[in-house]
Amino acid sequence: MTTFIDLCIGTLIQGMIYALLAYGIFITYKILDFPDLTVDGSFPLGAAVTAILINKGINPFLTLPIAMVFGAIAGLCTGLIHVRLKVRDLLAGIITMTALFSINLQIAGSNMNIINKDNIFDLIPMGSLSISYRKLIITVTLTILIKIALDLYFKTKNGLLLRGVGDNANLVTTLAIDNGKIKIRGLIISNALVALAGCMVCQESQSYSSTMGTGQMVFGLTAVIIGITIFKHFSFIKGTTAAVCGSIIYKLCIQFAMQMGLEANLLKILTAALLLVILVFGTFGKKKRGALNA
Amino acid sequence: MLELQHIKKIFNPGEITQMSLFEDFSLTVSDNEFLSIVGSNGSGKTSILNIICGSIPIESGGVYIGGKDITNLPEHKRYRRIGRVYQNPAQGTCPNLTVLENMSLADNKGKSFNLTSGINRKRTEFYRMELSQLGLGLEDKMDLKVGSLSGGQRQAMALLMTTLTPIDFLILDEHTAALDPKTAEIIMNLTNKIVIEKHITTMMVTHNLRYAVDYGNRIVMMHKGGIVLDKSGDKKKDLTIQELLGLFNQISIECGN
Repeated sequence: MTTFIDLCIGTLIQGMIYALLAYGIFITYKILDFPDLTVDGSFPLGAAVTAILINKGINPFLTLPIAMVFGAIAGLCTGLIHVRLKVRDLLAGIITMTALFSINLQIAGSNMNIINKDNIFDLIPMGSLSISYRKLIITVTLTILIKIALDLYFKTKNGLLLRGVGDNANLVTTLAIDNGKIKIRGLIISNALVALAGCMVCQESQSYSSTMGTGQMVFGLTAVIIGITIFKHFSFIKGTTAAVCGSIIYKLCIQFAMQMGLEANLLKILTAALLLVILVFGTFGKKKRGALNA
Repeated sequence: MLELQHIKKIFNPGEITQMSLFEDFSLTVSDNEFLSIVGSNGSGKTSILNIICGSIPIESGGVYIGGKDITNLPEHKRYRRIGRVYQNPAQGTCPNLTVLENMSLADNKGKSFNLTSGINRKRTEFYRMELSQLGLGLEDKMDLKVGSLSGGQRQAMALLMTTLTPIDFLILDEHTAALDPKTAEIIMNLTNKIVIEKHITTMMVTHNLRYAVDYGNRIVMMHKGGIVLDKSGDKKKDLTIQELLGLFNQISIECGN
């Protein structure tokens, strides 16, 4: 029984951390309608920066904002490539992602562990609480705080403009606003969140690997689409909430499959199947959206 | 005053589909003029609007607003003084934002899009009042997503949103063409009311010759990138729809359609 509870808590922690990544995908994919593959590079970037800084003895709490800044720069690059150099959205992301692969190797090599160093889960004083509960409390708090911040942001004039650009970029132009700038801003916010997810995953697993970014964009996409599909008939459920729920459900599915004896090598097939099922299932609803094909 | 001077416009230059539209096109629109532009397809009506707004590049020539050269000004900066309503009602509004959010967005044109609340509750009553003028029941649908409204409702909103903030020029690109006759009539009356009330210099491209005759104080007929008819003031008032249609048919026959 305890192992079952531990397993549930572990899965919940995973779901909560990866929800940060799902927020990022929610902003690019759902709000901006921009399939952003930068994610596969900015996620390990956040982890690489975190690993190297913690090994150098920097305060683990500082790695959170620093990772976000690095992610933001990655997003800025994709944005500039797309908006200023007029490269297609998908390709702009691929270019940055490819470059980031080498950059990540330069920063922290192919693997790095931070097992012997303190991380944020060790440093927050919580009495004698076991490490898994500490992780749960910290990740839930962070994910909810960011959710609230995003929800508030989407309601500001600036956030309204961001949603407007994804909805009808043309209209934003007639409001005398350069919609390219707004797109870049969205990519910056999104990739900052993705790098933050990378930072948290690195601290939680106490390790970094240069290949940890592979398929993260697809994960985020799946999580966001699962969440949105489930809650599409509940208009009061916010997109960020849907992203969190989608992330947790995804992690549950994966955990369940692993418990049923699925080989780790087959995980990506499961992800692909899950994405396909949810896409097909999602379009059977009352609203068909062409953007799903993008 | 808005001026187009010696505009040269070639589509797809250097390609096999190269097509020269304007060789040396000039047009001056005075302040408070309500200009209707008619003409057959491909005569260059919409291109004129696109050149004014900076949506398409030109080979040579100049665009001036109030004597100031805006030829090299990027599109979005030109819209500081220009408002534009498109043929497609979906282009003038954000479908996934609510009526209230759309109005707030438009109301903030020219101001800073900062981190203060996107919706100003104090203005909500004002939006409601403006919307109720339309007589389309939109004032009771403030929290509805615009995507669920009809084309006519959206176009009325687009027109209202465009003229919510002070602009010098209003560009109407066949803005009634996608609507049913009754709704088109409502939108056209509304357009006229707004243009007269707010003294906005207006350029309207239309395929509806009756609107061109009935509304506005100047009419221009385009053909193959040139102006074949330009009447304003009393001369425009005396113009009948039969005369206009006669001329229109004449150039169409020359064209072979």
